Amino acid sequence: MAYLDHAATTPMLPEAVEAMSAQLTVTGNASALHAAGRRARRAVEEARETLAEALGARPSEVVFTSGGTEADNLAVKGLYWQRRDADPARTRVLASPVEHHAVLDAVDWLGEHEGANVEYLPVDAHGRVHPKALREAIERNPDDVALATVMWANNEIGTVMPVKELSAVAGEFDVPLHADAVQAFGQLDVDFAASGLAAMTVSGHKIGGPYGIGALLLGREYTPVPVLHGGGQERHVRSGTLDTPAIAAFAVAGRIAAERREDFARDIGALRDELVRAVRRAVPDAILGGDPDDRLPANAHFTFPGCEGDSLLLLLDAQGIECSTGSACTAGVAQPSHVLLAAGSDPDLARGTLRFSLGHTSTKADVDAVAEAIGPAVERARTAGLS
Amino acid sequence: MSGGVDSAVAAARAAEAGHDVTGVHLALSANPQSFRTGARGCCTIEDSRDARRAADVIGIPFYVWDLAERFREDVVEDFIAEYEAGRTPNPCLRCNEKIKFAALLDKALALGFDAVCTGHYATVVIGEDGGRELHRASDMAKDQSYVLGVLDERQLAHAMFPLGDTLTTKGEIRAEAERRGLAVAKKPDSHDICFIADGDTQGFLTSRLGTAEGDIVDESGSKLGTHDGAFGFTIGQRKGLRIGHPAPDGKPRYVLDISPVNNTVTVGPVEALDVTALTAIKPRWCGTAPAGPGTYTAQLRAHGGESPVTAELVGDELQVSFAEPVRGVAPGQAIVLYDGTRVVGSATIATTERAAASVA
Repeated sequence: MAYLDHAATTPMLPEAVEAMSAQLTVTGNASALHAAGRRARRAVEEARETLAEALGARPSEVVFTSGGTEADNLAVKGLYWQRRDADPARTRVLASPVEHHAVLDAVDWLGEHEGANVEYLPVDAHGRVHPKALREAIERNPDDVALATVMWANNEIGTVMPVKELSAVAGEFDVPLHADAVQAFGQLDVDFAASGLAAMTVSGHKIGGPYGIGALLLGREYTPVPVLHGGGQERHVRSGTLDTPAIAAFAVAGRIAAERREDFARDIGALRDELVRAVRRAVPDAILGGDPDDRLPANAHFTFPGCEGDSLLLLLDAQGIECSTGSACTAGVAQPSHVLLAAGSDPDLARGTLRFSLGHTSTKADVDAVAEAIGPAVERARTAGLS
Repeated sequence: MSGGVDSAVAAARAAEAGHDVTGVHLALSANPQSFRTGARGCCTIEDSRDARRAADVIGIPFYVWDLAERFREDVVEDFIAEYEAGRTPNPCLRCNEKIKFAALLDKALALGFDAVCTGHYATVVIGEDGGRELHRASDMAKDQSYVLGVLDERQLAHAMFPLGDTLTTKGEIRAEAERRGLAVAKKPDSHDICFIADGDTQGFLTSRLGTAEGDIVDESGSKLGTHDGAFGFTIGQRKGLRIGHPAPDGKPRYVLDISPVNNTVTVGPVEALDVTALTAIKPRWCGTAPAGPGTYTAQLRAHGGESPVTAELVGDELQVSFAEPVRGVAPGQAIVLYDGTRVVGSATIATTERAAASVA
């Protein structure tokens, strides 16, 4: 088996499993005042400190959530409500059109239900938002912008956004900028303080931690209106009993991801480059998606003209190669990627995509398996054509 | 895999027999409904989930293939056009001919698969000459060979019907599904036309074709009432005629003829429905076309009985005469010819000859 879908989820690190298992055997609500509660709270706060350090943030800036989707929703909706409540004129939401659906659909929902005026920023052929584009959008009326959201690195095609430059532009106009850094964490130098971001999303299971845990890194001056109301945990912006085992394991995985990041980027990046070369050798007209250089080191995204991505997936799956088309499904039917369409791709081309994403367990054997299978698979998928 | 019990058990049996099976659910609607309503339809997102769930239990890969556009062109639009022309089409045959054993089969073959396996109740056997023959299911009560009568030898060569060759009733299939841990065991049967979710064919046609008031007349041409569109009627139909007064002899009246040209529906007594012969077009043969006249049994509807006939291919037309008059024969329907249990071929009924008079 060649598992090449680490961007969907990556195996848990043994250290994280150990940390989680240890916490699962003990009781304690981190909000309780007795000894059991204090023990749990200590584990949570230590985890918060560990994660803050791994991400260049202050512990108080770490707000635990149930995962990336919730953190994105809290940032986008919460900051929109906060900013609009402070000044009803602020209803404009600026977003990149290549966002993950957790951001995209939250933004669209604000447009449909909360009177937001959603404006999608232009991207180049690699799916990148240029600081100039953000500046132009804000300058049209700096007073009516509620927030801007641009992902740190794209989950489908791997392109890295110029986050610091975008932050600097937003900062000039006091516009809060949120970045979904779910894919960036562990692969790029993600430093919250240095980034200048108002808010940033990270997720546990993409970095070797458990499912169902994530965090919103949130500047201390922001108090987004909660999406979940309740007991007032997490600075009153995210209520709910803290998941101590998941939080402890997330922190361990986060620490290791940060520690190993440079090695990971170098070694897995080299393996990825090998995979790209192998695919191009086998299928010379395959188109590499995203920026060829400034991209996630573990991501390889291809468009195979004349193929249905689904057909390729089926054929590779039958050979024990597990990857993704990269785009979302509607009722199980693969849709042309919104990322490629936004980057100006032809709709038919945008249906023939595959995303290979490597991770900490990837080996040369995985790349060899793809090198061997991809040529015949593409040939067959082309015969089957586009339905 | 429709999401129903039959295709799930068919997939399980094929996998158990050692075949390398991949489950495919066809997305046939561009805007599928989220949930099933009652026992109708087969194309909701819930059905797709049921099919996926079954595939996961069987342990086979599962994909949804989007054939909505092909289905719309080849089945739905054809269905509407046929009704508009005053005929009574069978979309299930059309779907088997154009979608399941054409669009789906072709894609599957291109991807390296050998056959399309479905939950139909019918049997494929190797004939004496080595060719494939389609036969009725072992259990006549479940037999679905009629809707497969449009398949030619090439299509049959790539068809597998694991449910057809066992003596089985639905109860046993459900028990088998239960035994295999398939949650669809308790799911109601789907029937009716899958793309008309509420089962209201007339309403569907009206929504697509609009209304056009026309006359309902008797055999002599006297006006008895009006209707909202001749396309909404089927030959042999008795209900929904909305004729205010009874026939002089007090007997019920049936639709005898539908004329889309002048938007007229002709009604009359049941005897006038008796058909003694018919001509059918677009014949398709499961194997070589028979030479010269022959005696067969014919089936005219999905759940209809068998009628002895003499049939002969004259040019492109199949000419059929019935040993005994039959009722409720409508142009547009398929006639499927059998030699014993073997499907010989099928054709689309173009004109019928009545005992009383010939009607176009």
